[in-house]
Amino acid sequence: MTDKRMTVEEAVAHVSDGMTIGIGGWGSRRKPMAFVRALVRKGVKDLTVVSYGGPDVGILCATGQLNKAIYGFVSLDSIPLEPHFRKARQQGTIEAVELDEGMFLLGLRAAAQRLPFLPTRAGLGSDVLKINPHLKTVKSPYEDGEELVAVPALNLDVAFVHMNRADALGNGQSLGRDPYFDHLFCMSAKKAFMSCEKIVPTEELVAGGPLQSLVINRMMVAGVVEAPGGAHFTECPPDYGRDEAFQREYAKTAKDDDAWKAFRAKYLDVSEADYQKAVQS
Amino acid sequence: MSTTEATRADVCALAVAECFRNDGEIMVSAMGTTPSLGARLAKATFAPDLLMTDGFNLLLRRALPLGEKPTESDIEGWMPFGSVFETLWWGRRHVMMGASQIDQFGNQNIACIGPWENPKAQLLGVRGAPGNTINHVTSYWVPNHNPRALVERVDMVSGVGYDRAAALPSGEGRFHEIRRVITNLGVFDFETPDHRMRLVSLHPGVELQQVLDNTGFEPVIPEGVDTTPVPAPEVIGVLRELDPQGFAQKEVTL
Repeated sequence: MTDKRMTVEEAVAHVSDGMTIGIGGWGSRRKPMAFVRALVRKGVKDLTVVSYGGPDVGILCATGQLNKAIYGFVSLDSIPLEPHFRKARQQGTIEAVELDEGMFLLGLRAAAQRLPFLPTRAGLGSDVLKINPHLKTVKSPYEDGEELVAVPALNLDVAFVHMNRADALGNGQSLGRDPYFDHLFCMSAKKAFMSCEKIVPTEELVAGGPLQSLVINRMMVAGVVEAPGGAHFTECPPDYGRDEAFQREYAKTAKDDDAWKAFRAKYLDVSEADYQKAVQS
Repeated sequence: MSTTEATRADVCALAVAECFRNDGEIMVSAMGTTPSLGARLAKATFAPDLLMTDGFNLLLRRALPLGEKPTESDIEGWMPFGSVFETLWWGRRHVMMGASQIDQFGNQNIACIGPWENPKAQLLGVRGAPGNTINHVTSYWVPNHNPRALVERVDMVSGVGYDRAAALPSGEGRFHEIRRVITNLGVFDFETPDHRMRLVSLHPGVELQQVLDNTGFEPVIPEGVDTTPVPAPEVIGVLRELDPQGFAQKEVTL
């Protein structure tokens, strides 16, 4: 079986300008931030980012690499609206596709099932259809004749997710209390990459939690990266909680260009190892 | 905080709780301080069958005080986001959301101020409001009742109102129901022939004119508007236990 271990740099080498990338996690929870930081270092641009958004979307807005965001929301949880995303929206520097949170999930499911769309009642009657003229409705072929929203598949070029544990083959384990939709991100992408807090032997992975914590299997991923602290500053329970102080510092940089430049120089234009050293001091 | 004198915040919390009185065994999702307190009051007193989460992924068997972390013995089930979506599509849910703007038919906006394409202020985005409102019962909480919040027309319809739901051609809006709107001034519902917002009761000390002056449309005013019930001393006692730090007292402005 294939040993899929690689570095973050080797993983993000699969991303090129103009691609559509999916980012797992939820808000400021278990985000694959080591990959996001590697994308910043790589400088790849004109990205379409598909995400239950958090600082992944905010950072890529601030660096100018994000051209288009497709999202159910963009939040830092303890700070309800992502400030860099807010700034980008208010300054009109990004294209936005805003979907109802459930519509977003159906778009991922459609992509994972290789369907063109999935129908839902969500969105009917709301202005989500008005602001997204590309969204169409579909009429039920049965007697009810209901006219439902046909949520188009959110097909991805590359997806990134972060897990608590994984083995070298690409089996991944979520030890927190919510798996979110990371498996769907992987299945919606041509290629998916998984980082994790620790790579362990398969036996240790299986023994490390209930079987239902093994939410990623090796079919879903093309590469595995060991990245301790790889979700920082978002939470990654039970390994660590959100670094609220760091998140506040990050959020403040949306109001001050100099502060953002300093933040970027200290935390983003450095290697992952130097980042981890900087946040521990 | 007095343990027997009801404040405006207490009146609001009880009014919120009353929204859930006859809901039975469904999940309540209450966004924000006063909705959380009111929902917990309902569960702790007259609506024990309600299912409620810790705001994350645990279903809790008892109504915890605001700010208190659940222990293992408080857990009765698991409700990760995947199950939340399934529950809301199933319809066994009553959500109480906030509203940056709401109009006379209950169209709600939490997305942005100004045109969506070029917003003056980006707010939360639509989040789950479109799917919630078309799939199950919704109520709203407005802590500061003013003409910029209760408006003639919302800037972007996030939560669907009665006129929009009724306009759907083939009964797609049949699960839509906006139960009530609770504000710091009064209680409102939509039980009018054309589902325009109606004043149900004024909180004690609030004059009708105050509501009219602070509402950006003409609400339906029935004959003989009631006064919102004041919580009894034992209910006030429960409210103090559920909000020992007085978060809700700080949220409600007179």
